[in-house]
Formats: sequence, C-alpha cells, structure tokens
Amino acid sequence: MFNEAIFYFFAALAIVSAILVVTRRNAVQSAIFLVTALLATAGIFLNLNAEFLFIVQVILYAGGIMVLFVFVIMLVNLDVALHQVQFNRQWFVALIISAVLAAQVAAAIMVSRQSLYTMPAAPAEALEPNTERVAFYLFHTYMLPFEIASILLLVSMVGAVVMAKKRV
Amino acid sequence: MNAIIPYILPVLFALVIVALLPLVAGYIVLVERKVMADMQVRLGPMRVGPHGLLQPIADAVKLLLKEDIIPESADKLVFWGAPLISVTAAMLALAALPIGPFFQIADLNIGLLYILGVSSLGIFGIVLGGWASNSHYSLMGALRSAAQLVSYETSAGMAVVGALLLAGTLSTRGIVEAQADTGWWFIFVAPVGFFIYLVASIAETNRAPFDMPEAESELVAGYMTEYSGFRWALYFLAEYTNMVVVASIATTLFLGGWMRPFANTRAFNFLDYLPPLLMLWVAGYCFRRTPKQPVPVQKMFMAAVGLLCIVVALVLIMPMAVPRDSFLASSKPGIHGAFWFLFKVGAYIYVFMWLRFTFPRYRFDQLMRLGWQFLVPLSIVNVMMIGVALALHRQLGWPNWVTFPLGILLTLIAGGYLLAMGEKHEQIRVGDDENAEVDAREETPVNV
Amino acid sequence: MVPIGHYIFLSVALLAIGVVGIVTRRNVIIILMSIELILNAVNINLVAFSRLVGSVEGQIFAIFIITDAAAEAAVGLGIIIAFFRNRETVLADEMDILKW
Repeated sequence: MFNEAIFYFFAALAIVSAILVVTRRNAVQSAIFLVTALLATAGIFLNLNAEFLFIVQVILYAGGIMVLFVFVIMLVNLDVALHQVQFNRQWFVALIISAVLAAQVAAAIMVSRQSLYTMPAAPAEALEPNTERVAFYLFHTYMLPFEIASILLLVSMVGAVVMAKKRV
Repeated sequence: MNAIIPYILPVLFALVIVALLPLVAGYIVLVERKVMADMQVRLGPMRVGPHGLLQPIADAVKLLLKEDIIPESADKLVFWGAPLISVTAAMLALAALPIGPFFQIADLNIGLLYILGVSSLGIFGIVLGGWASNSHYSLMGALRSAAQLVSYETSAGMAVVGALLLAGTLSTRGIVEAQADTGWWFIFVAPVGFFIYLVASIAETNRAPFDMPEAESELVAGYMTEYSGFRWALYFLAEYTNMVVVASIATTLFLGGWMRPFANTRAFNFLDYLPPLLMLWVAGYCFRRTPKQPVPVQKMFMAAVGLLCIVVALVLIMPMAVPRDSFLASSKPGIHGAFWFLFKVGAYIYVFMWLRFTFPRYRFDQLMRLGWQFLVPLSIVNVMMIGVALALHRQLGWPNWVTFPLGILLTLIAGGYLLAMGEKHEQIRVGDDENAEVDAREETPVNV
Repeated sequence: MVPIGHYIFLSVALLAIGVVGIVTRRNVIIILMSIELILNAVNINLVAFSRLVGSVEGQIFAIFIITDAAAEAAVGLGIIIAFFRNRETVLADEMDILKW
C-alpha cells in the first residue's frame, strides 16, 4: 500500500510539474519545474527497483543537462521576453490534439483493464543488485551500443563547443 | 512493532545528525579561525567564552536577529528557495555516510553514487541564488561558481571510480569492509587518485585556493552578495556541510573509513587506547587553563568543557574495561569506529584549512584550465591504470607489489607529461607579441 | 499493486504535455525542455515494462536514451547560443532567415 502511494504521489508530482513547465512565462521557472519533474521521474524509477537508473537520472539529467539549460537561459536572457506573447497561434488546436491522444490511450487502457497485468511485488528477500545486472548486460550483450553512445557523446561535445565558440 | 524498528533507527540518526549539524558547522568555523590565527602567529577569537569557544553561538544569534533584506526586483520565490536547495542537497548527502559500522542512516546499494549525485544538485542552489538576486555581481559569481563546480565534478567522479574499481561495490559500508579485507587503505594503493580527489574536492566546495567566485576581494562575495542574515547562514551551512561530505567521501574511499590504523594486526592493538588518551589529554589541557581565565564564568565553562572531554574519554574506554563477552564490549567497533571516522574527517578538513592559508588564489581561467586540461586527463589515465593493474593481478596473476606500483608509475608519467604541456602553454602565451592578440582572444575558455 | 495501465497512462500524459509544449510555445529553450519531457515519458514506459517482464534490457535502453538526450541538449543549446549571438532572439517564429 505504501509502495503504491509513493508511485501515485510521484506520478501526480510529475504531471503537475510538466504542466507548469509548459505554461510558465519565465524560462527559469520552467527550468525549475522541469528539474522537479525529472526528480519525480527518478522517484518512480526508484519505486520500480531500478536504482541505478534512479541515480543516473539524478546525476545526468537533473544535475547535468538541467544545469546546462539554466546556464543557457541565463546567457540568452532578455528582459523584453517577459512581455511578449508566449504561446503561438495554434495553441488551441495543439491542446485538442494532445487531449485526443491522451484520451485514446486512456480509452484503450479502460477497455482492456481486466486483462492488464499488475506490477509484481518485490521479492521478500534481498533484491538482486540492480547495478551489477545492468553492468553485466551493458558490457556483454550491449557493448556495441555502449561504444557507439560514447562516440556520439564525443561528437556532440565537439559539436557543442564549435557551435558556441565566438571565432571558429 | 518489528516492522517499524527498521524505520525508527534511521529516522533517529537522521534527526540527531541534522540537529547537530549547524552546531558542528559553527564550531568548524571557529576551528578555522583559530587555525588561521595560529598560522598567522596570533590568537584568534578569545573573548566570547574561554578561548572563543562560545563564538559560534554569538555568531548564530547575530545572524538570526539580522534584518532580512530582499532586493526589490528579485524573483521572490526563487530568492527564498535557492538557499533551501543548497542546504537540502548538502544534508541529503549525509544519509549514506558510514560514520561507524552501526551508525549509518541508510546503507544504499548505490551509496557512493547517491552522495555524488545529490551533492551535484547543490549547483542549482548556487545558480538560482545568483539569478534571483537580480544583480550583475551575483549572476557572474553564480555562473563562475557553477562552471567551476561542474568542471571539477568530472575529475572528482573519476578519481572516485578509480577507488571503486578496487573496492568492487558502490555501497559505502562495502567499500570500508573491502579496505578491511584487503588490509591496505586505498590511499596506499591509489595515491594519485587521492591527490586528484583532494584537489577536486577543494574546488568542489569553493575553498581557497579555488574560491575566486566567492572571495571578498573579487565579485563582492559572488552569488551570496544579496543574501543577509539567516539566508546567508543557510548558504554558509550548506558550504560547510559540503566540506564535511567530501571529507567523509575521501575518508570512506581512501583513508579506511571507520578503521583504526593497522586494524588487522594484533601487534598494534595498543592504538586502541589512543582515542581515550587523546581525550584525556584535551581534558588535562582544559583543566590546566581553567585557573588562568579572567572571568569566573569562563572558568566554569572551561572546567565544563574539560569534564565533557573526560566523559567522552570514559565512553571510549568503556568497551575495553568491561568483560569481554558482554553487550557493552561489543559496541567497541561502533564507538571507536565513529571516533576514528570523525578524526579522519577532521584531519582532512584541517588539510583544507591548511591549504587555504598557504596558497594564493587561482585566477578563474587558470582554474578552468587546471580542471579540464590537467585533472580530467590525469583522472582518466588513473582509472585506466588502476584497471590495468587489477587486470594484471587478477588475470595474469602478477603479485600486487608489482602491478600497483607499476600503475602508479605510469600515472605519474602521464601527470608529468600533462604538467610539461601546461608549462609550455604558459610559455607560449607569455612570449610573442605578434601572437599575443590572437592568443588573448582564443585563450579564455569561458566568456563570463 | 499498481496495474501497468497506470504507468502507461502516466507516460502518455507526460508525452501529451510535452507535445503541447513543443507545438505551442514560442521560446525555443522551452521547446527543448518539452522534448526532454517526452524522452522522460518514454523512459518511464520502458522501465515499467522492464520491471513487469523481469528483464533489465528496458533499463539499458533507458540509459541510452538519457545519454542521447544529453548529447542532443548540448548540441541544441549550442545552436541556440550561436543563433542568439547573430539575431538576438530566441523565439521560434522569428527564426525565419531561410524563408523566401
């Protein structure tokens, strides 16, 4: 019962934070709420016994990518931006389409709710250590994607530095 | 009832730690001022309480009673929340620290990574604090400070990874037990990693010689400029808690955690009597200075401090004086472990203070160059060499006293090469006049 | 315990909010933040199913998605800085240099 309450709490926090991200006028406040949404997602990961992914999410996403976002927001800050129109002209259509999308999936879930699985409870004895399992698969079966991801990061690092330099 | 006990004890420890932390941070400030005074051949705070021992309390009262000034065009919610983020991130990291074999709030599977991750959330407190102050000095100081923290996090993390390879587990308790099993503290097996972590942790906590973003003669205290009174006290508390956290990480990983020096050899069991003797020596000093205090109240306070030290000494000696199989004797690893852990953390923080009062400050571009062009490559090479040494030991069966010195030697060679490259860079920079303009324009890596 | 449908619904809700953010907002940085929301929604879905099925591959894919998001955020923000330096704007409908 406690487990489920935690999931619903983090889920509500994630959805509320996401709505606030998209609707704030001030970009810094949007960034703060995105950090909250990311931490709520990390909480959901921890709830699902994915502890390595929880900490990777906190370190990389909340502690790395969002710091980068906040830096850039402060560098491109325009005081005049606070008085401009924030939403473009298609906002009504966008809202309707997203509502239709969400309603479709909700309908699908409602229709099939008898046959959906429930999440198995965690085993009573100590859980298998998640980090070791992930590391095993990552370095044995998925070694090639791992290497490609590292090359991707190198390329993006070089690309970002070149894009942001004053004189190439 | 049995289901609740595993929840109550960690909550109790957490309450004790969080309640004691402001007091401890205040006394670390007092120790810093006394150490600074000692290195500058003067006495430091002596008036408030005997030998200045009540100075932190006076400071706390002053900060709490100060007027709370908020800049007019500051973003109020973020201004209010930024010190909270810093303090929360710093205090959350205390949850996974192994203060003793039985004094850990939470023995997470991913303990070390959790501490690193949560301390990196403190950057938000700094950046948002600088932003919310709506002042140029604060913003620039905040951006510089955040850039510095992010740069040194990389090398700190990789130095930690080097020691983790030796330990084989991320759980902080497991790391200390791995050092107990191996018999060597990891500082002797990976000294370059310890050095990298020492330098990176000084930069992580914005201490001198890396305190350009918050030094008083630069940028007017940087991101903390517009904060006064209790909010400034929160930032301050966050900074000293961060110091305690990085000292604890270094102690856990490199200095053997809660283990006594030479924990596995019976010949050194006399070292078990060192903690109570140390406390008795401090108590003796207090009693000797009691008659020399000018005011009776200070005399009583000094005598009270002496009595406190005697009580601690009795607590430390109790597990050894009691018959061997009783319950109290089994608390020896816990109590002595806590003492040794705190002693090592204190020694590490003393080294921080020593370095603060010895070296001049790094300029910001020198700081960034040190972080990215010296420490990051060195820490990568460190991880590689520790991996090579471990592989040679485990797969090819080479003895330990060959592989690890070999790894350390190769890392030092790489470090020497990087230093030589850095020197050459400096020389080219200071040299020609025709290249000076080009060099000056493309030199500074950060444009703020 | 929690039925898997609730995890799917949470994931789709975050996806829908992210899509609204991308399609609706003018500020390019907030568009990038909405893209991060969508990637997070996908991650929640993957990890929920990995827990349901009992294998760890979902989490590995989620790690790669996080890596990918980092790379893309870095390059995207670099582009925004470069553009801002030239045109002094971060609004999407004012970035119309290529319009004929």
